[in-house]
Amino acid sequence: MNVASNPVTSADTGDQRILSYAEAIREAMALAMQADPTVIVMGEDIGVYGGAFQVTLDLIDRFGPDRVMDTPISELGGAGVAVGAALTGLKPIFEFQFSDFAMLAMEQIVNQAAKLRYMLGGEASVPVVFRMPSGSGTGAAAQHSQSIEAWFGHVPGLKVLQPATPEDAKGMLLAALADPDPVMIFEHKLLYKTRGHVPEGSYLTPIGKALVRRSGADLTIVAGSIMLHRALEAAERLAVDGIHAEVIDLRSIRPIDHDTILTSVRKTGKLLVVYEGVKAYGVGAEISAMVAESDAFDYLDAPILRLGAADAPVPYNPDLERASVPQVDTIEAAARRLARREV
Amino acid sequence: MADPTTDNRPFAIRHYAPAQLREALKRMYLIRRFEEGAEDSYTRGMIHGTMHLSIGQEGSAMASCMELTDADKITSNHRGHGHCIAKGADVGRMFAEFFGKETGYCHGRGGSMHIADVKTGNLGANGIVGGGLPIAVGAALAAKRLGKSDVTVCFFGDGANNEGAFHESLNIASVWKLPVIFVCENNGYGMSTSTARSTAVQHISQRAAAYAMPGVTVDGNDFSAVSEALHIAIARARAGEGPSLVENLTYRWRGHSKSDRNRYRTKDEIESWMAKDPIARFRADLIAHGILDDAAADAIAAEAVADVQKGIEFAKASAAPHLSEVTRYVYAEA
Ligand SMILES: Cc1ncc(C[n+]2csc(CCOP(=O)(O)OP(=O)(O)O)c2C)c(N)n1
Ligand SMILES: [Mg+2]
Repeated sequence: MNVASNPVTSADTGDQRILSYAEAIREAMALAMQADPTVIVMGEDIGVYGGAFQVTLDLIDRFGPDRVMDTPISELGGAGVAVGAALTGLKPIFEFQFSDFAMLAMEQIVNQAAKLRYMLGGEASVPVVFRMPSGSGTGAAAQHSQSIEAWFGHVPGLKVLQPATPEDAKGMLLAALADPDPVMIFEHKLLYKTRGHVPEGSYLTPIGKALVRRSGADLTIVAGSIMLHRALEAAERLAVDGIHAEVIDLRSIRPIDHDTILTSVRKTGKLLVVYEGVKAYGVGAEISAMVAESDAFDYLDAPILRLGAADAPVPYNPDLERASVPQVDTIEAAARRLARREV
Repeated sequence: MADPTTDNRPFAIRHYAPAQLREALKRMYLIRRFEEGAEDSYTRGMIHGTMHLSIGQEGSAMASCMELTDADKITSNHRGHGHCIAKGADVGRMFAEFFGKETGYCHGRGGSMHIADVKTGNLGANGIVGGGLPIAVGAALAAKRLGKSDVTVCFFGDGANNEGAFHESLNIASVWKLPVIFVCENNGYGMSTSTARSTAVQHISQRAAAYAMPGVTVDGNDFSAVSEALHIAIARARAGEGPSLVENLTYRWRGHSKSDRNRYRTKDEIESWMAKDPIARFRADLIAHGILDDAAADAIAAEAVADVQKGIEFAKASAAPHLSEVTRYVYAEA
């Protein structure tokens, strides 16, 4: 029986501080604001409303409206103001109410924030953090449920993170703030209320490092965000039948951690990539190609499998919605097929 | 139509036939009862996700649609149930959509935030604030190019007036003199943010000046005032003279969505607006001007209750989409 090397949940014991994912993010913002007066938080309804998902909850009471700023409903303007402020001495944390609305701000994120350092020959820095509540499962339909993290993976100049646990949610936000370049953090809406151990004080979760959450020799499953939890549950079921999956928490989409993934594939010879974005042209394509282009290819003894969202917008009907993205059952079934080389 | 120079009754009473006015009252009741039915169904777990109720704003929706035919178009926003009913939708198919059923207007794929009825000219609610504005301008362009006299009424909230899409749309509509009427339902807040905190001008209608089109602000809970403003704007649009901006001042009684804790407004404020109920006002006006009596108004109100009940039953009895059809409707079927 394999032991989880980096557990995602912890018992609520005396020496462990248990927080929710949302609380962990809030704690990171509060710590950063206490430590650094240039840190500000901006977004729609993040003040007295506390944010659509209550992540900023009481920050306005603690830091006041000059540092916790409700913007008008103006994503392009708001995100662009954050970029300009970052360029000139502030460290803005900009919350998109839903990651879907970042599409209204694409220009400032992709044409400006991502490219300014390069276009200016390294003379400028844009230390902005974009918080991106994302994912399906809330019944909010096609324009409020997308998983578009891979889009930003295509953009040199951006860093794209995806925390799966409260501990990482805090550590990644602090790491993003410490980073001199624009960082986008995709927070899964269904994870906000999940709980886990969160260390006290400031610590940085390294950007660009994946983590083996469960070790196993039979196949490698790479998954991030909520898909990590589903993959771990599937791995638990597989273990009952003697199939030992190694489960890697991707954590960072850009930069991506080649070493951790390739090392695991060399060991297991089988790779399943699970992600919530639309399967085509997604994170799975990048990871599959990474393996195909490396020596790890020689270690494969079955085709690579990808599980992603259906080739459709996220549907409203709850059963369709569930069926449209990978679930524990579908991951388990795919992993079994892969383990038996029935692909 | 009575002569407005000698007739000092409100515009709506002068201008519309009694049957039209009674139908408008019916649809306003229908909107109110529909919203309550949706709220109740949500509480019972028959609707998932979230939704944005328009209780308190029925006068604006109905009066804005008085002169529209099925060929005229509307675009709507996230608070779109009232617009949909005012434009002529069937509440059974709306409930079916909210219950995620194949018989729903969007075959269970869209839900509350995307409710539409293309056949009655409703191009759809929208999950994106400001998303409907350019689309409305496009519909107006199509009508003009195709030589039709159809107009498009574009509903949006005060919050949307701070999106770039608002400004770009008004400008394009104006320079191309397109038959579109921008109807801003100003209920004082975009979610928790008051217009005072979000918007540089006091009245959204002041924005019209920047785009060289007429802009008016009216009491959005006064059915007659709204219908008169729309009458003027629609006549202008049909005559090829271009767009207008009408701002209806109103208020939403409920929270922004199902997760609102109402921390940004007071109970007093909410109650003061509840005292300005647009349905009660319209009903009283109709009775005062002899369009109907109390008993007839009660009968209309009862019809709305029955329609909503029937609608819910229809929705419950309808089938859900097949799981195998997740990707149906992504592209045209061969
Ligand atoms: C582009 C975009 N930004 C933000 C949101 C989230 N949101 C939905 S409705 C809303 C408030 C809209 O206010 P308003 O336009 O005044 O309409 P009301 O809700 O008051 O009817 C917000 C912020 C969204 N759906 N789309
Ligand atoms: Mg509003």
